Amino acid sequence: MPGKGLPRLGVFKFASCDGCQLTLLDCEEELLPLAEAVEIADFREASSTVLEGPFDISLVEGSITTLKDARRILEIRAQSKILVTIGACATSGGIQALRNFSNIEEFRRAVYAHPEYISTLSSSTPIQDHVSVDLELRGCPIDKRQLLEVLSALLRGRAPNLPTESVCAECKRQGNVCVMVGKGIPCLGPVTQSGCGALCPHFDRGCYGCFGPMETPNAPSLLHRLGELGMDRGDRMRVFRTFNAASPAFRAASESAMEDGKP
Amino acid sequence: MSGGMFPAEGVLLDRSRSYRLLREHFPSFVSSLRSHGYTVVGPTVRDGAIVYAEIEGIDDLPIGRTDRQGPGAYRLEHREDAALFGYNAGPRSWKNYLYPAHERLWTARRTPDGFSVESDSTAVPTYAFLGVRSCELAAIRIQDRVFDGKYRDPGYHARRENGLVIAVECGQASAVCFCVSMGTGPGVRKDFDLALTELLSPPPHRFLVRIGSDRGAAVLEGVPLEPATSEDEVAGRQVVDRTAESMGRTLRTDDLHDMLLGRPNHPRWEAIARRCLSCTNCTMVCPTCFCSVTEEVPDLDGAKVERWRRWDSCFTLGFSQMGRTSVRTSGASRYRQWLTHKLASWQDQFETSGCVGCGRCITWCPVGIDLTEEVPALREGSPTEPGG
Repeated sequence: MPGKGLPRLGVFKFASCDGCQLTLLDCEEELLPLAEAVEIADFREASSTVLEGPFDISLVEGSITTLKDARRILEIRAQSKILVTIGACATSGGIQALRNFSNIEEFRRAVYAHPEYISTLSSSTPIQDHVSVDLELRGCPIDKRQLLEVLSALLRGRAPNLPTESVCAECKRQGNVCVMVGKGIPCLGPVTQSGCGALCPHFDRGCYGCFGPMETPNAPSLLHRLGELGMDRGDRMRVFRTFNAASPAFRAASESAMEDGKP
Repeated sequence: MSGGMFPAEGVLLDRSRSYRLLREHFPSFVSSLRSHGYTVVGPTVRDGAIVYAEIEGIDDLPIGRTDRQGPGAYRLEHREDAALFGYNAGPRSWKNYLYPAHERLWTARRTPDGFSVESDSTAVPTYAFLGVRSCELAAIRIQDRVFDGKYRDPGYHARRENGLVIAVECGQASAVCFCVSMGTGPGVRKDFDLALTELLSPPPHRFLVRIGSDRGAAVLEGVPLEPATSEDEVAGRQVVDRTAESMGRTLRTDDLHDMLLGRPNHPRWEAIARRCLSCTNCTMVCPTCFCSVTEEVPDLDGAKVERWRRWDSCFTLGFSQMGRTSVRTSGASRYRQWLTHKLASWQDQFETSGCVGCGRCITWCPVGIDLTEEVPALREGSPTEPGG
């Protein structure tokens, strides 16, 4: 409700699947207290009421893939006191950044009946390549607890607690048995940032790196180990080419997997 | 003893002698622990490993199961016999219970004239730890110095004081075990309430039982025991001797303190860092690593805030962050910090090594970094000349 003097929240979407915005709506129990703590000024996924900026807090989902969006993010930045990117698309370019490794013209002709209607950039880039970003939330999708931590911190004027350690730290605290050591399942946990609650290893799967590189990723060492576990070169490359393919550390890993001369 | 129940009810057993518990009576021992009010934590098979967890009865134990371990690899296997304790250290240690990975320390609530603080006074469980190995007892002694010495951690102290330690001597060593080098096993000598040695052959399948405390004696009340024979005692010593002879690894310890602290620029640190993932696994599985970080967890409307403690690791950047930067930014400096603290400066701090030779850091390192290989490599060459 306008005029209450509450911090104004905007939620904006770029090239993305909407899943991270949905995480906000998934907050269920916390959604009502949150709605009372902020004025939701612009959140088109949730409400057709759209108010003008400026915004105290802007949550930005998605990557930049068109010229129009490259201009729009400048406008949102100018209207926002604090800009928080949410999710792998916004923080690293997302799955659509696989285009960065290929020729966009070939895709355009192969996919669309009328390629001339498609206006797009040749790469998918994260928001921080275009404007300054105050905080980032990783993941595909983001983690609800981390989103609430950030909002609660910003509303109270404190620094949010967002560890940048590996998934392994969280996995071990939960008492999971390591799937890589215990079963030989390839896992990106050692090079991936925590925050998900070690979700995949908890369900006996290897981490697929959706939170992107941890603070000091040693991907070359993990790549070597993945080879010892029997992953061939193509698989070692592809395991780093998912939601954070364009993040510098994972990009370097996938490229070196193709160049290391091993099978 | 001629038949009937031994010991007679209400008579405390003689702590100076040992007893024989037949395998067929082991269920009544576990029942006795539970009927004495203990939450029994012991080995269970879970997610492809032998993991300490709460157990309800003997069927929860890893009967006839064992583990095969090596650097970066752990596999569960079947044994040819039906041993209850025929395995070695697993991914969890007793630290998971005595010093939990997450613990709420206190809660503060906003009041009309400020705020009030309540300490976390949830009831401490009364654990019976079933299957504590000699290296693990050594690890508990080390953590006692950290948490229950000059500065007392109330939660740790309560869990430790309430807890019953039922030690089990190892009947085998894994490929990563080196307790003999560290002087921590495999025989169990002190600091137990009960100590068991599993005797598989010659039949019958039985346990040699030693009593270390009145509380240990009390839980044996009503459990069918017989005095141990001299053959039982000899067999028990043989089990420990055979295990000691089959250690998978060794570590020379006499020079560790000065040798490691005198080699801060040895090129091996960089070589290790090329493999090290800084993933924290070694510190999380180490039964003596004790570092933690505390954080405030407020609710959305600011009416309540909780202070939580969680395990931290010297392999994270945040661990050595001062102001806005981290002191140990390189992987080499972080591994060096961990190894020199564990094996050398720990001695200055706690008058003991921080390593008990359980081998967990070797097995659970995703890339299999082996400190028993790295220490000799660091000893090689001149302490100051790179590559010398």
